[in-house]
Amino acid sequence: MPGLKGWQKWKWIIFFLAPSLIGLLVFIVYPIISSFWLAFQEWNLLTPPEFVGLANFQELLNDQDFWRALGYTLNFIVLYVPAVFILGLFLALFLNQKLRGMVAVRTATFLPVVASWVVVSLIWKWIFNPSYGLVNYGLEVIGIDGPAWLFEPQTAMIGMVITSIWKDVGYIALLYIGGLQSISETFYEAARIDGANRWRQLRHITLPLLTPTMFFVAITLLINYFQIFDQVWLMPMRDSAADRQLEVIVTEVVKNAFSYNRMGYASAMSWVLFVLIFIITFVQLRLQNRWVYYEVE
Amino acid sequence: MKSNNQTQPGFARRWLLYAGMLLLVVIMVLPFAWMLSTSLKAQEYILQTPPELIPNPVTLESYTGLAERIDLGRTFFNSMFVAVVGTIGQIIVAAMAAFAFARMQWRGRNTVFLLYLVTMMIPSVVLVIPQFILVRSLGWINSYMALIVPPLFSAFGTFLLRQSFLGLPKDFEEAAFVDGANYFTIFWRIILPLSQPALATLAVFSFMGLWNAYLWPLFVARRDVVMTLPVALATLQASPRALTEWNMVMAGAVVTVLPILLIYMLAQRWFVSGIISGGIKG
Repeated sequence: MPGLKGWQKWKWIIFFLAPSLIGLLVFIVYPIISSFWLAFQEWNLLTPPEFVGLANFQELLNDQDFWRALGYTLNFIVLYVPAVFILGLFLALFLNQKLRGMVAVRTATFLPVVASWVVVSLIWKWIFNPSYGLVNYGLEVIGIDGPAWLFEPQTAMIGMVITSIWKDVGYIALLYIGGLQSISETFYEAARIDGANRWRQLRHITLPLLTPTMFFVAITLLINYFQIFDQVWLMPMRDSAADRQLEVIVTEVVKNAFSYNRMGYASAMSWVLFVLIFIITFVQLRLQNRWVYYEVE
Repeated sequence: MKSNNQTQPGFARRWLLYAGMLLLVVIMVLPFAWMLSTSLKAQEYILQTPPELIPNPVTLESYTGLAERIDLGRTFFNSMFVAVVGTIGQIIVAAMAAFAFARMQWRGRNTVFLLYLVTMMIPSVVLVIPQFILVRSLGWINSYMALIVPPLFSAFGTFLLRQSFLGLPKDFEEAAFVDGANYFTIFWRIILPLSQPALATLAVFSFMGLWNAYLWPLFVARRDVVMTLPVALATLQASPRALTEWNMVMAGAVVTVLPILLIYMLAQRWFVSGIISGGIKG
């Protein structure tokens, strides 16, 4: 490239890069390092931090609340991830059809994606209200006595899974639509000439060529749902059994840090979560060549 | 005959699709409609069974009640201020860095960029505690600084804009250099104007993230003067034994969600392209 050399050029590079790089070092890299350091301390924000070695991690191993939170997190993932993975795919295939009015339907489908979790949580809390909510009214109409939903841990979890699907399925579908639209029309033309019907086209063209998107969706879903927080923090009815018992890892971290002022212990817990996410993402990466099909260029 | 049958959706299939479309719209819109309807009812009418979707009588009393409970003007201003200033800041910071990564050659560039990518992989919960401690030691708790400054530096924006800047041809700069332009002129007059779609995408995403943020503002901005809408809204739920005034909560939800829904309707194209380009990064 023509233009400046040496120090003259570096001055420009520093000018453009400095705001971002300094900010990144101060507000992201330094916090990461200090969080790691904190994981080996006992600190209540008032007295000076005290080095405790691996004690936080040892305590974690015996912490019933942590294991229960991990259990609920996994429970959530098992209920939610496969459902939204498949529903999102069906929704994308549906929304990708060329039909009059489809643009309006797409717009409606993505509304919950744009709304905040606080708003969505409160709307659905009202819908799941056992006495006056729409869900139990609907169940009553077909002759079923609805449960107390957000008062009990298991039904609260089902309620939150339903809400999460409603909120996220448009986002997942949009990711799939991106993948669908990148598949070249020539594949379908060739298949049609060979007399392949709709089902065979889906089975032998769409799905194989969509596997890279599916892979991305699977990774994103798992990373996000190991960190599930907002809905679990906001939806269970206060002081109910669901509120007292249904903890996930991030709510457990937040409680330890901000309610019990145990900064070191909470940091240790957040690092365990990070390692869990890392391992799962790594395993997915290793397994990808068993099912993900990349077009040979 | 046969191929015609396959390209044109049949009569039954068409009706099935329209029924599906209608069902989908009902599922996605009904909760919002129910929110709006509840917000327009008086307290005694929201507890009636069977529930009625059309409020009768329509009243704005939940909105006036809401305005008495929280400083609506103030929280709305706070949310808007944080989202607008934060979005502009994020775009400036990210665009400058992306320019250095995409349009300048320098030693160590790839190594530094790798650092950016690595920070994107750290879960936000790992960052929340030390960021809180840092912001606290800077004396920023309960100030706009805490809400605006730390989110400025997410690597995502740099990543997104770098992709777009890389796609522009090299000839522009070379011609500009010959005409005596410096790097800033090239950045400001050539690269930014040519990257408007990517900038718009980042703007929509930044705004949405800041407007909807809950966990971070919950811990750094509890006081009324800087409280944002989502935090204020979440406080409206009644204490254990009292009855939650759902019409008021739903009025708060309407006020919180309406601006972002309007922006989404106007900026849909950028929103969609943002998610799709975000999806490609994997």
